[in-house]
Amino acid sequence: MDNDKILDIYTRMLRIRRFEEQVGTLFAQGQLPGFVHLYIGEEAVAAGVCAALRDDDYIVSTHRGHGHVIAKGGDFNRMMAELFGKATGYCKGKGGSMHIADFQIGMLGACGIVGGGIPMAVGAGLSAKYRGTDQVSVSFFGDGASNEGSFHESLNLAAVQKLPVIFVCENNQYGEFTPMEKVTGVRDIALRAAGYGIPGVIVDGTDALAVYDAAAAAVQRARNGEGPTLIEAKTHRKGGHAEGEKAFLAGGVYRSPEELAQAQAKDPLTLMHGKMMAMQVIAPNALEELDHSITQAVVEAVTFARQSPDPKPEAIYEDGWL
Amino acid sequence: MHFVSFVDEILMAKKTYVAAIKDALAEEMRRDPNVFLIGEDVRLGVFAGTRGLHAEFGDRRVIDTPISELAVAGACVGAAVTGLRPVVDLMFGTFLYLALDQIVQQAASARYMFGGQAKAPVVYMVQNGGGISAGAHHSQAVHPIFMNVPLLKVVSPSNPYDVKGLLKAAIRDDNPVIFLSPLSLTGARGEVPDDDYIVPLGQGEIKRAGGDVTICSVGATVPMALKAADALAKDGIEAEVIDLRTLKPWDEALVLASVAKTGRFVAVDESKPICGAASEWAATVAEKAFAHLKAAPQRVSGKDVASPFSPVLEKAVIPSVDEIVAAAMRTMQRETVIGNL
Repeated sequence: MDNDKILDIYTRMLRIRRFEEQVGTLFAQGQLPGFVHLYIGEEAVAAGVCAALRDDDYIVSTHRGHGHVIAKGGDFNRMMAELFGKATGYCKGKGGSMHIADFQIGMLGACGIVGGGIPMAVGAGLSAKYRGTDQVSVSFFGDGASNEGSFHESLNLAAVQKLPVIFVCENNQYGEFTPMEKVTGVRDIALRAAGYGIPGVIVDGTDALAVYDAAAAAVQRARNGEGPTLIEAKTHRKGGHAEGEKAFLAGGVYRSPEELAQAQAKDPLTLMHGKMMAMQVIAPNALEELDHSITQAVVEAVTFARQSPDPKPEAIYEDGWL
Repeated sequence: MHFVSFVDEILMAKKTYVAAIKDALAEEMRRDPNVFLIGEDVRLGVFAGTRGLHAEFGDRRVIDTPISELAVAGACVGAAVTGLRPVVDLMFGTFLYLALDQIVQQAASARYMFGGQAKAPVVYMVQNGGGISAGAHHSQAVHPIFMNVPLLKVVSPSNPYDVKGLLKAAIRDDNPVIFLSPLSLTGARGEVPDDDYIVPLGQGEIKRAGGDVTICSVGATVPMALKAADALAKDGIEAEVIDLRTLKPWDEALVLASVAKTGRFVAVDESKPICGAASEWAATVAEKAFAHLKAAPQRVSGKDVASPFSPVLEKAVIPSVDEIVAAAMRTMQRETVIGNL
């Protein structure tokens, strides 16, 4: 892999991390309406996968979707404005955190329903095949979604139609607050691929370069008309299911100290940073500059969002029937 | 058959309801390469509405799927937001329940919740309602569930002419449409011109003019309402029969104008009374045409029980001509003698 690609992946990861840290702070300060589910800890998955895609490829995201938007090239200002519910947001304030979409960059929407986005990604793949393009479609979802019927139906449909779809399971070990092993009949979600006659690949979801390699292989397979692949990226949430969850968990503890320690130890950005230094991909001061410019862009996005107008109440009747 | 009536039959180009579905699909697929048909057994065409299309359009545009209503319904949204116009045949209205999440949360919501970035022109095509002893799981009038979903359009033609015109309009519409063919009318025959015509969504039609009472119906209840009007005419009561054709958006103006003329209103629909289609029409008439009303609006709905199998029992559940006549009589403040009909 060349240095430019490595830096590209790291930049996507850092953009996600700095954006999400800011969102966490804003939420804690009570400045954001609704719920937010942060992607911190899982950056290597979105960044590794999206770096293996073309601009005209499609992705469909989840309730924990900020990282996917950013990795596909989303705009901080319009994202932050959407999180504030402003008229300048991606969805004019009608979507919010769980429904951000950017159809211009092939980001076909986050999805508030667990497993709800998977069929749509299959349809985007069907569409690419129908139109005779060599675009591919990526469905991001979690370990919890793999217990939904939509997962089963979608993988089978994509398999029998040999659709150019890459199913990316972000296995962060928890469905909300329930450990995966308590509710899942297999230890590895990738094993389920065998049930649909497609390849199932396990990858370390904290290693962005490993994710990229697995995604690139699956993308190639899809573009060649060989059908879908299921990639299971084993990863960790650094934070909770949702921000502010302590308030409604009422002191309840659901993560073991061992898993929490592992999540802290395997920070995907720290790992990537170490590799880049070892491989001398970029000079340390240039990396600091990159971090600074991203942080600055996040600050500007907050300013943009704050200064943006609220939607007018009469906008409730816009974006309806065509 | 007498030779003259045989020739009449040919000249009138009478076709069945399902043949009109096939005509509409074939014409739209020829017109627009982005229109395709997908669903379980669409190649074979269980209700014959899609039969023969595979021979003309092939595997690419007539796609047989697994029995996976949820994934197919959602995949159609993914295809639609990326530029295609899927028509999905899910067979029975009750099978829409299996696909509900994708229809409500994705197809109907995509455009609005993404701030107008997307459009999802999918047609979900099913057989709706009862009348052929198909039993509880295959005989429900499901439309009120979808009428309650913002930004879905819901269509239910009552005759082959409207089937072709409305289905073509639904396929060309940029919004998701639930297209409901009444199960009991599958074999109904009527005139279907070969021309490329459209029946606009949202426009009802006065099937029979009359000044005494407005009977509003849709789909399966339209032929019943017309029979009821014949019976009422024998008693000197002139009923105006409206076929709404589209359940959402529905032709409120047509209904209110009719009630302004007649002052009496009977809403007839196969769905259940609680939040059913007839309830919506009656409520609107009570709210917006109160000054014109000479009697309380009446509803004739399906009985609030599951669909039983026995033909005798099912008949008792579905609205009947007798019930429509009785309801009209109530608005005329006259007793009905059902035995005389």
